[in-house]
Amino acid sequence: MGLTRQGVLIVLVVCVVGLLASGALSAPAWQPNRPVEWTVPAGTGGGADQQARLMAPLIEKYRLSPQPFIPVNRPAGAGAQAFLWMIDKTGDPHTILITLDSLFATPAAQVLRKRDGSRFTWRDLTPIARLLLDHFVLWVHAESPYRTLDDFVRAAKAGPPGRLKMAGTGSKQEDEIIMVLLEQAWGAKFTYVPFPGGGAVAAALVGKQVDFTVNNPIEAVGHWEAGRVRPLAIFASERVRVGRWAEIPTMRELGYPIEYQMLRGIFGPPQMPAEAVAFYQEVFRRVLDTPEMADFIERGAYTKAYLTGREYVQWLERKDALVRSLMERAGWLVR
Amino acid sequence: MDLARTFQDLLYGLGVAASPPNLMVAVVGLLLGTAIGVLPGLGGTNGVALLLPLTFHLNPTAAIILLSSVYWGAIFGGAITSILFRIPGEPWSVATMFDGCPLAKQGKPGTALTAAFTSSFIGALVAIVLFTFFAPPLAEVALKFGPPENFAVLLLAFGTIAGLEGGDPVKALLMTFLGLLLATVGFDIVSGSPRMTFGSVSLQSGVNFIIIAIGLFGLGEILLSVEERLQIEGMRARLSFREVWETWKLFPRYVWTLLRSSLLGFWIGVLPGTGATPASFMSYGIARQFSRRGSRFGTGEVEGVIAPETAAHAAGIGALLPMVTLGIPGSPTAAVMLAGFFIWGLNPGPLLFQENREFVWGLIGSMYLGNVIGVLVVLTLVPAFAAIVRVPFAILAPLITILCSIGAYAVNNQVLDLWIMLGSGVAGYFFKKLGYPLAPLVVALVLGDMTEQAFRQSLIMGQGSPTIFFTRPIAAFFVVLAVLIFLLPFVRNLTRKVRGPAVPAEAPGAAGS
Repeated sequence: MGLTRQGVLIVLVVCVVGLLASGALSAPAWQPNRPVEWTVPAGTGGGADQQARLMAPLIEKYRLSPQPFIPVNRPAGAGAQAFLWMIDKTGDPHTILITLDSLFATPAAQVLRKRDGSRFTWRDLTPIARLLLDHFVLWVHAESPYRTLDDFVRAAKAGPPGRLKMAGTGSKQEDEIIMVLLEQAWGAKFTYVPFPGGGAVAAALVGKQVDFTVNNPIEAVGHWEAGRVRPLAIFASERVRVGRWAEIPTMRELGYPIEYQMLRGIFGPPQMPAEAVAFYQEVFRRVLDTPEMADFIERGAYTKAYLTGREYVQWLERKDALVRSLMERAGWLVR
Repeated sequence: MDLARTFQDLLYGLGVAASPPNLMVAVVGLLLGTAIGVLPGLGGTNGVALLLPLTFHLNPTAAIILLSSVYWGAIFGGAITSILFRIPGEPWSVATMFDGCPLAKQGKPGTALTAAFTSSFIGALVAIVLFTFFAPPLAEVALKFGPPENFAVLLLAFGTIAGLEGGDPVKALLMTFLGLLLATVGFDIVSGSPRMTFGSVSLQSGVNFIIIAIGLFGLGEILLSVEERLQIEGMRARLSFREVWETWKLFPRYVWTLLRSSLLGFWIGVLPGTGATPASFMSYGIARQFSRRGSRFGTGEVEGVIAPETAAHAAGIGALLPMVTLGIPGSPTAAVMLAGFFIWGLNPGPLLFQENREFVWGLIGSMYLGNVIGVLVVLTLVPAFAAIVRVPFAILAPLITILCSIGAYAVNNQVLDLWIMLGSGVAGYFFKKLGYPLAPLVVALVLGDMTEQAFRQSLIMGQGSPTIFFTRPIAAFFVVLAVLIFLLPFVRNLTRKVRGPAVPAEAPGAAGS
């Protein structure tokens, strides 16, 4: 598949970037000798896309790779298209993937078959590194009567089932999983309204179309600064000790031990050579240390969580088990 | 709002945009964007996404000027292949095709191109003025539009374009249903599962309407031409700037169309979740209903080119409004630009207007300058573009086929899409032969997806009750308006019959097909 949509433009980008990056880096064992195609399993403008498009130019700016990283969106089927694309790239050291939790949820909610007929799981891919953990915050409108989580819980329990409406991204994915966790913890029933992306979800809350969201911090921070939304609690194990985020109590503190964090990690295709894995691990470790990433991490209240090797795989196993058990409780698991 | 302050800011912004480096960046962006717009499949969104990494080396103001100039260029350029070859360069230029291509075939490609570029520019200008003076309050109103309101507006869109192309209403209805059916294919975000994909992962991205449109119109047209007479009647095309002037002289006649399309397009663009494509169709449909020459639409009316182009560019500008004021993207292209904000070290959101004056007003200033430069660039190229029509058909036909294939493949990088394009090309040929109108299918396909999503979101919000469309005042207003517009043609027919049959009953609308 020589010709891609980018055609001429890629060549242009490559030329300019190649000039800038030439003569960089003391040679490690393996280096890319053509542009690295970086698959984003979601549409343009979403969280995963934003991160890839932020990190790609940073890799160039700090000359971390002799070849550019080019993000390509493959959004179909909540990640399905991107995951199977990676399977087709078996052994290719010039292809990587940035993930969100659809890596676990999509193959659990539908039977995703590879070309040989067997079912796809994340174990088919080569884990490279965990980069960040993205948090979830319970947001209500700033003019709503719910000043604390207790106010909100009382309203949730009191009203007729489904009176409180929540907007979330997609269906049977992390937002709706968290809502089901809340329903089960409080014995309440909410109405879930799916939207195509986190930006639209935040807008629905600001426009008072719905009563609450569990937007990621980066999606809602602008509206918070403008005083339009109010955070009630964060679904993290401990408070995020950065700036204003430290004000937000955890669900655990408030008596509801519900935690959920989303993986922002990097994977390669099946059977990616070990030297290539080592190269990407080094690139991403250094990207995370750039001042630009530090700003981004602070603004979006991310947890920097660089992890590789066996520990990363063990963490992935625990994460997968968690997502599957939550989906089973919600009745969405397809065996 | 303090008017004097706004003028002061605007002058400042124009100064920022007119500085030589920023001006150069704008010209580069416009040329790149026009090229991107000409290539079908390679949309403005992809172009902006690809250039994003390069902007890292620019300051934020130059970066946003580059990206937005690419966007304007793509909007201008999208009309070119629609008019010349019936291949939509961009989704929003499908409606431009309906009258633009017949005009080109009648030997007036220059007229069609000039009308498209000029009206696109006028739409942009009206939209930018509105943007300059009313951006923050308009953003507030846009927030009031939730799924029920969006559904009502889309219903209005369906109402305005019902009965497009005239001809047999039963055939038009059948084609509408076929379009709606195709729109359901793909991954459904409401239920979170694939629908009608028959196990194919490629089909989970849905049947892309631009691929269908390229096949139905572009390839279908080639097949018809091959059979008919092996040439497109472009040989007589005049190629001089006089034609630009002659076309401009027609414009005063269409003041109302221009104004109405600009306002409509701008507002539809501001609403998150709709965008330039529905705006262009709505504007075309409304112009057709209000124009005295409405029954001749589809046979090469200049007004049929003006209406969709004005609205499309106005919507393109409008889509940037929620991005700048609220940090919410109004279109996929705006979503990519928004991703750039982080790269440039800006914080998108409601405070941007106060915290980054140079950036915001530089962007607004560059909208004025960029579109003035843009229209001049594309207008000087009119004779060159029009000359393409003079190329012998034997050479042109294979080139168009190649262009169609590249365009279809570029949308998703999927080989399957080539087969879909080929299939719809053959289907387009037979539809045309049998007198089935193509426009209703394409319109239903592009609007069907959004309409269904908004409809189901609304029903979920209303806990299953459709009364939600009537208890919310804005939604109720648009639903009633849509029903009225839907009934308008019938009422007109009725009054015509009551007034006495001066003409045989079949005569109106027979000009189509």
